[in-house]
Amino acid sequence: MGEELKLFGVWGSPFSRRIEIALKIKGVEYEYLEEDIFHNKSALLLKYNPVHKKIPVLVHNGKPIAESQVILEYIDETWNDNPILPRDPYKRAMARFWAKFIDEKCVPAIWKSFMSGGPEREKANEEACELLSTLEGELKGKKFFGGETVGFVDIVASFIGHWVGPFQEAVGVDLLTEDKFPMLCKWAEEFKNCPVIKENLPPRDKILAFFKAQLEMLTSFYKNRV
Amino acid sequence: MAEEVILLDDFWSSMFGMRCRIALAEKGVKYEYKEEDLRKKSDLLLQMNPIHKKIPVLVHNGRPVCESLVILQYIDETWPGKCSLLPSDPYQRAQARFWADYVDKKFSDLGRKICTAKGEEQEVAKKELIDSLKLLEGELGDKPFFGGEMLGFVDLAIVPFYTYFLAYETCGNFSIEVECPNFIAWTKRCLEIESVSKSLADPQKVYGFVLHLKKVNGIE
Repeated sequence: MGEELKLFGVWGSPFSRRIEIALKIKGVEYEYLEEDIFHNKSALLLKYNPVHKKIPVLVHNGKPIAESQVILEYIDETWNDNPILPRDPYKRAMARFWAKFIDEKCVPAIWKSFMSGGPEREKANEEACELLSTLEGELKGKKFFGGETVGFVDIVASFIGHWVGPFQEAVGVDLLTEDKFPMLCKWAEEFKNCPVIKENLPPRDKILAFFKAQLEMLTSFYKNRV
Repeated sequence: MAEEVILLDDFWSSMFGMRCRIALAEKGVKYEYKEEDLRKKSDLLLQMNPIHKKIPVLVHNGRPVCESLVILQYIDETWPGKCSLLPSDPYQRAQARFWADYVDKKFSDLGRKICTAKGEEQEVAKKELIDSLKLLEGELGDKPFFGGEMLGFVDLAIVPFYTYFLAYETCGNFSIEVECPNFIAWTKRCLEIESVSKSLADPQKVYGFVLHLKKVNGIE
């Protein structure tokens, strides 16, 4: 039987782009299905991810996998070439720890900083800066979080590397700047310039245009979710 | 060099520490247990988990691993011979990780709301908890454990929350067993296993701890 691989995603979503990056690193062919995630989720998406009703969802030979970090590990375990996670258990634990730190701490703090107003924004900004500082500390002069090549943590950190820039420009907040986070900004450039990454990130100006046009919608989506 | 395994933990209140204790017991790993006073964290804890300053922390030959589900996978990969926590098939592994993540996203928050909120907010949290437990019952199906014939990753992820059920039921004035009998039947099967029963805190003591926390925080 031929292998059937489908990815339900959203063109601008850092979470679904993570999966595309991983699949491209592995050299795996897949069918991409774009979801209208804010206004009209497809019946197929609701069937494949009834619990969270979110993207990305990877469907491999009819079997669905949801939650981007779970999907990344599945991809790494199913296609063995070009490993995304290290082989050593301790290094794997460190990679999982930092990926969790990014998704559970950094990403929500950055969103809060962009979506808040007035004094709340200042406090949220401070928190986000502290977390980004910790993350920068983890780079420890390495080219990538994964060492010499892009790995699990780099892929998860792509939101910071590619989306935070246009997002902060649209919102008018100076969060990730070269003077505050020189290492992270250098990492972001290296990351975005990798051929497999470059070809799989949405264009910066398209993301910026989206954030500018949809700021009101995003703010209300954020407020209702929290 | 002799192997050195230390677990920094808080026996009574941490569901997350309980997960690690069950895993180490299942694997038959000898370790030194260090009880932490969370009001006065030890230098060792602050050194080993400087970022979150939380327990549990597993220290293996001087190297710390933090975050309970990360620790569980580390234990499974480091001591692979006995009692596999995760299945070998990648799809089954993905399903196990998904459900453990689901539990982490839902239970702590809902539990806290049930114990501390009142009126509408509490009712909504109670309903959400029951709905989540029913979803898990569906996932369990006819299997004795989420891991199949034996305890697995998801069983370890969920079962410590059972120690808080008495607190939830008393604060929320409802019975989880009435709503989700299959789920409670599963917890009873887990409790028959020594590594689980020895690792879980006594629900009465946990309830006492919850009441104490409420008092300290000025919650009725």
